[in-house]
Amino acid sequence: MQKLHYQTGLEKFNRIRNSTNILYHILFIVLSLICILPVILILSISLSSEQCIQDYGYHFIPQVFSASSYTFLWRQHTILFRALGVSVFVTLIGTAIGVLLTTSMGYVLSRPQYRLKNFMTWLVFIPMVFNGGIVSSYFINTNFLQLRNSVWAYIWPLAVNSFNVIICKTFFKSTIPDSIVESAKIDGATQLTIYFRIILPISLPVLATIGLFLCFGYWNDWFQALLYIDNSTLNSLQALLNQIMNNVDYLSRNAATLGISSAEMARTMPKEGARMAIAVIIIIPIACVYPFFQRYFISGLTIGAVKG
Amino acid sequence: MKTMDSTKLQRKGRKKRWTKDDTELSLLAAPTVVWYLLFAYLPMFGLIIAFKNFKIHGNFIKSVFSSQWVGLENFKFMFTSNEAAIVLRNTLGYNIIFISLGIILPVILAVAIENLHSKRMAKVYQTAMFMPYFLSWVVVAAVVWGFLSYDKGIVNSALSQMGKDPVNWYMSPQYWPPFLIFMNLWKGLGYGMVLYLAAVVGIDPSYYEAAVIDGATKWQQTRYITLPMIKTVIIIMFILNVGHIFYSDFGLFYQVPRDSNSLFNVTYTLDIMVYKSLKSSTVGMASAAAFFQSVMGCLTTLAANAVVKHIDPDSAMI
Repeated sequence: MQKLHYQTGLEKFNRIRNSTNILYHILFIVLSLICILPVILILSISLSSEQCIQDYGYHFIPQVFSASSYTFLWRQHTILFRALGVSVFVTLIGTAIGVLLTTSMGYVLSRPQYRLKNFMTWLVFIPMVFNGGIVSSYFINTNFLQLRNSVWAYIWPLAVNSFNVIICKTFFKSTIPDSIVESAKIDGATQLTIYFRIILPISLPVLATIGLFLCFGYWNDWFQALLYIDNSTLNSLQALLNQIMNNVDYLSRNAATLGISSAEMARTMPKEGARMAIAVIIIIPIACVYPFFQRYFISGLTIGAVKG
Repeated sequence: MKTMDSTKLQRKGRKKRWTKDDTELSLLAAPTVVWYLLFAYLPMFGLIIAFKNFKIHGNFIKSVFSSQWVGLENFKFMFTSNEAAIVLRNTLGYNIIFISLGIILPVILAVAIENLHSKRMAKVYQTAMFMPYFLSWVVVAAVVWGFLSYDKGIVNSALSQMGKDPVNWYMSPQYWPPFLIFMNLWKGLGYGMVLYLAAVVGIDPSYYEAAVIDGATKWQQTRYITLPMIKTVIIIMFILNVGHIFYSDFGLFYQVPRDSNSLFNVTYTLDIMVYKSLKSSTVGMASAAAFFQSVMGCLTTLAANAVVKHIDPDSAMI
């Protein structure tokens, strides 16, 4: 979408009427506000004092500003940092593993001479229309692969996705000239060397696209935790927020095990603010990053919508 | 998948030998193949527990073989349960609405935003509307709670300021169908718009120029150039969505209503049923529902594709 835009006279003539233009602007301003305001609400609740929430309820603009939710979370940093650590670890390692598995398969599928190309194409394609569902996956992951209460339960199930593989395949097929691969082969390079030393370095756009899909997928995932994680020390941020949403006393209960009396905690802690503050901590990295990487997302969506 | 036929023909023409290159490529693909076997194909094999009285005895694969066959017992149990009708009605009903609105509205918005005079503002709107797509359902549930909480929520304070009684939203099922539809649109609208916009932007401007010279109105240009040009994308999205008609967004139906029992009638869908029976160890029911979902998902995808192929062979996905 980085198209060079110049306006010809014809284009100016073909524009919508000014009144229609204004109408459209109003429509989009309203829609944008509907999409943004809820996030502002969360931020504002997390910055309100607990007393003010108890007395007046939630508001778009804090009646009494207070950073107590955040200072409270800071004092509870063992729980918060552990969850943050799990989330960051899962996102980084998961994305790295996922990108490697996805692009290597995409590259192999894009080689026209490959003997098993048909077989591999079917292997990737069938799961797009038919899947085993969560029940048998659940038993396989817990019983056969022993992923219960392991950080790998977050990572493995989401690492590969056939759509991403096909995006990679389409990208490699259309951007990597066969001559590059052939000349490298004449120079004695193996396919592994070609993939790591030539293909990956010149394919940054598709790596960014797949990486972003995976990154957001891992950061936002809470379902794997719901299925496979019972051990609260392995909670990701999303799982932590989920538990606090279900039980507002979760933090104070866990704080008690850290040596502070739970009665005192329950009295002083900013319950409402703290859980919204966790939501804010989850949202902030996303909100800061996605406007700049939108175009990689869009390019992925565009390739993905082209038939494989 | 059309490329397959042509390569098949090629292969018949000249029998290829297995080369060093093939070995290397196979090695490169091996880790991903292992992933597919473990996380995609083994669960497919595991679907047969829907026909068994599944009991864990040691290893999963061993348990599958040692469990006793019960034929269609699990399916009988599932379909005769009180919930079956509600679950099917909810899953299909919501999905039909989601699919139709989820195509119509984003297409309209994509065309509208492309026609805005200011491209910079268009980019700003697009970015703002994309935001909800990047939030997880857990975060969205927190957002919704901020609005609908009985004693502190924004909506109830607004109601009481207008002199009306507050509503206990999480106990009042009548509000939830439109509400869930709204939430689904809210989260997916920006994504859909961006997807179709990418297709609209890709249309060659000379089509429009020719149309303008022939005196076509904006509406005629949209109807006879834009829509036909993005038809393929629309149809592919349609086939993919129809393939998911027996699936529901677990986060939307489980997290957003906060698993409230009073809302059971309007929020209970197949995925919730699978999850709850799994967690309550009624494995027979869970596996039958999951099997039903997988098979129906596959059948509906193929059926939608066959219909499309019949009407317009070029737009079919497979």
